Amino acid sequence: MPNHRFNIVLLLPLAVFVLAFLILPLGQLSVTAGSGEQGLMAFVSILTEERYRTSLFVTMLLALATTLATLITSTIAAQTLAGRRFPGRSLVVALLTFPLAFPGVVVGFMIILLGGRLGLVGTLTKATIGTNVVFAYSIVGLFIGYLYFSIPRVILTLMAAAEKLDPSLVEAARSLGAGPFMIQRDVVLPALYPALFSAGALSFATAMGAFGTAFTLATSIDVFPMVIYTEFTLATNASMAAALSIVLGLVTWAALALARSGSSQVPAAG
Amino acid sequence: MTIRWTTLVGGCLTALIVAFLVTPAIMSIVAGLSVNYAKGLSSGLTLNWVIQVWALYSDTILRSILVALATLALTLLIGVPGAYALVRQGGRLAVLVEELITLPVAIPGLALALALIITYGGFGAFRGSSLFIVVGHVLFTLPFMVRAVMAVLGTIDWKTLDEGAASLGASSWRRFFDVILPNVRPGVMAGALTVVTLSIGEFNLTWMMHTPLTKTLPVGLADAYASMRLEIASAYTLTFFIMIVPLLIGMQMAADFTEKRPKP
Repeated sequence: MPNHRFNIVLLLPLAVFVLAFLILPLGQLSVTAGSGEQGLMAFVSILTEERYRTSLFVTMLLALATTLATLITSTIAAQTLAGRRFPGRSLVVALLTFPLAFPGVVVGFMIILLGGRLGLVGTLTKATIGTNVVFAYSIVGLFIGYLYFSIPRVILTLMAAAEKLDPSLVEAARSLGAGPFMIQRDVVLPALYPALFSAGALSFATAMGAFGTAFTLATSIDVFPMVIYTEFTLATNASMAAALSIVLGLVTWAALALARSGSSQVPAAG
Repeated sequence: MTIRWTTLVGGCLTALIVAFLVTPAIMSIVAGLSVNYAKGLSSGLTLNWVIQVWALYSDTILRSILVALATLALTLLIGVPGAYALVRQGGRLAVLVEELITLPVAIPGLALALALIITYGGFGAFRGSSLFIVVGHVLFTLPFMVRAVMAVLGTIDWKTLDEGAASLGASSWRRFFDVILPNVRPGVMAGALTVVTLSIGEFNLTWMMHTPLTKTLPVGLADAYASMRLEIASAYTLTFFIMIVPLLIGMQMAADFTEKRPKP
């Protein structure tokens, strides 16, 4: 093809940028990770050293819990909204997706407003049961923050899938005497499975890598990204931080690669 | 027809989710505008906090706008020709390049920022400038521009358009500027709005990459959340909302416009 040269010229700025600011730095990160005091053993120490292992474990558990809660609530909301037309519906959808643009720090602040020392929940419980319930700075606050971050990211995918569900199938199952739980288990969930899978993987990856929310809530829970941050800034252990971030990057990348079937285009980080 | 209990439960839960997402945002708007948050709206409305935010943090707000615009300019310059070349090229190579540039969306910003700092930390002037942050933002937003343009190219018959113009004697560049660019405008528009919105809200990369002299809005927000009274933190958040809401509405309009375009 005569226009091969033109293609190369068009692609050149992209190639230079990606080479200088993506490939080279990622290579450098890998080299740094292996060139600390421990060498490549740094990667092993993530599993052998208690601090790193616990953090990885807790973060994964938190991400799994977030994913599960997000999928359950979002699926029900998506089913409710799909196929129904009512006044204000587009407003409801807009409000559900509006927080997509919030960075993690802002989400953290939203949780402080709900569950902080001057928060809504505390004010309400003080008036009713007499104690100021503060949850923003605990693992509960972190979980709710991740949920806040996650729901807007998956609800559109699930709604699109629920819209495609043939209502006559549900109708048929109902007329055959199936109860709502049976319909959900045997008809709806199998049909939604691909969307649930990719939305779940996205939710998991987002929760694993979330930094801003944990940073704002300044909880005592050392989630994995916070460990990387402290390792780099306070301990000035660049090679350990590099090794930890490579592991984190591989986990989120693998989760998102699994999610590819649904091809969601929402940013994982914020 | 009677309403089924499942519908009722679903409706209630949906309303609860909306309330969960919207209530704190409204609280923050109210807190940013009321004289004393603890005393509630009855303490009166004021713009004092917003004015104080401007006095304390106007540099971060302006820097965020400039960084977002510079990021946009670079993603346009790099991403639009790149997307066209990838679609023209096709095949495995194009898929591979697309995968590669999408990597920064899949890797946590923290890891990317660390990689950039390790690589370019020694270049003092570059490391300390806002350009360093712009590079990080371009890295993170570029896939959105490239994909938006590629998506539109997938819906139009660019080959026929290009060949038609070529048969009339137009050069490659002329065809790119006069035929292809006007036709991919909706994609460029959607991509641009996404890029600016993401850049203004970017925290994970920026927090690691910033210096005391290159603070952006989200970095300032984290600062305010940690050390300022709730009213100022809220007024600052309100400023952020005011900046992103028009962008979000624009994004929605661009999406509607693309959907309504007739497909070949």
